[in-house]
Amino acid sequence: MSESISPDVTVDSRGATCPGPLMDLIGKIKKVDPDTVIELQTSDNGSKGDVPEWIDEAGHEMLDVVEHDDYWSLYVRTTK
Amino acid sequence: MTERIVIVGGGTGGTVLANRLADRLEPELDSGDVELVLVNDGDEQFYKPTYLYVPFGKKDVSEATKPLADLLPRDVEFWNARVTEVDTDAERVVLDNRRGLSYDHLVLATGASLTPDEVPGLVEGGHHFYGPEGAEALREELAEFREGHLVLSVIGVPHMCPAAPVEFVLMVDDWLRKRGRREDVELTYTYPIQRAHGLQSVADWVTPIFEERGINLETFFNVESVDPDAQVLETMEGAEMDYDLLVGIPPHDGSDLVREAGLGEDGWVEVDSTTLEAEHAEDVYAVGDIADVPTSKAGSVAHYEAGTVADRITSRVRGQTPTATYDGKTVCFIETGMDEATFVDFEYGSEPTMRDPTKAIHWAKLGYNESYWLTARGLI
Repeated sequence: MSESISPDVTVDSRGATCPGPLMDLIGKIKKVDPDTVIELQTSDNGSKGDVPEWIDEAGHEMLDVVEHDDYWSLYVRTTK
Repeated sequence: MTERIVIVGGGTGGTVLANRLADRLEPELDSGDVELVLVNDGDEQFYKPTYLYVPFGKKDVSEATKPLADLLPRDVEFWNARVTEVDTDAERVVLDNRRGLSYDHLVLATGASLTPDEVPGLVEGGHHFYGPEGAEALREELAEFREGHLVLSVIGVPHMCPAAPVEFVLMVDDWLRKRGRREDVELTYTYPIQRAHGLQSVADWVTPIFEERGINLETFFNVESVDPDAQVLETMEGAEMDYDLLVGIPPHDGSDLVREAGLGEDGWVEVDSTTLEAEHAEDVYAVGDIADVPTSKAGSVAHYEAGTVADRITSRVRGQTPTATYDGKTVCFIETGMDEATFVDFEYGSEPTMRDPTKAIHWAKLGYNESYWLTARGLI
């Protein structure tokens, strides 16, 4: 399934330290329209837990998590 | 033929870079082979960390300002003008006096600007300490604040100096205690993600301090709007919170100049995070807050990035292959009250080690703030 997701926007947070990938994603979500598919690229292992938790809390849709050699792609669809 | 280096922006990144380049390229500048121009909209520099102390009456906004002429070496030509267009194909910038300025190497160091208008009600309902007027207004508000709910809310993402909101809330706690007002003030700190700070180690360190000092912590809290009449915050997550005094970290923006030049669709220059070279144009670099790199928008970052870019441009001018890289080095002092502080340092992909706060670090921070102007001049 993941191979077929083509994001509208990509946020490259690989190597991100302060304030981190989830903050980068929130910043992007605030700027885009509803129904935008965002790919968050992160090398932070904690993002796999942090991001879905916030997405759930904020009422957006978590589409998929894809593992690459040295980072993960987290696909999110905005709902509002 | 003379090679021209143009720096746009006279903040920390721009002035450190100008001084470093003037030093590294002294022979070429003396012989006329290189020309170094810094363009800034205004003839002063503002050292923003000073503003944190203004609400507490510890510093005055005038201490944050110096004429750029005092910070730039003689070899740098200073133009007081606003750049209105960057044409990366023609390698030329256009100024607000309609004059064009061609470049061989361009460095954008235009910083971040505050955009509180993005959040409905924030301008009317909130205070901040991220600029001179905001810091002075907050000082007046705090001076009269005797009781009620003081909320520090991190609203803008990303924002300058990610440590400052934590510092403010710990400082205001101490400041109120020293005035015997703390018992009548409820203090709340809100943060967008599920912990108190983006850096896990800072969050783990500060959470028990908040508990110990009776500071409420609200996470998953992204303010969408402010009702200034009812004094209520509303969040993206559907929560509401009443306040009596709101200190809101406002949204920030890069620059339309960057968007229109195709250098970054969000207004921040998309760069290689180690070389700081623009992804979408040749011979263009970015330093400081305007550069989209995965670390803090902080003065220390601008400072270290400027060193890397100075080395890389020097190599290019001399026909050498540039080897200098920026590893994400970031250093931030963190005030933990009115007379104690700690500091963190880290690089890309690493977490800082937290140190116990001491009076000595607090004095080191104040001492550094005083000597900052030597940094701007490329001396420390």
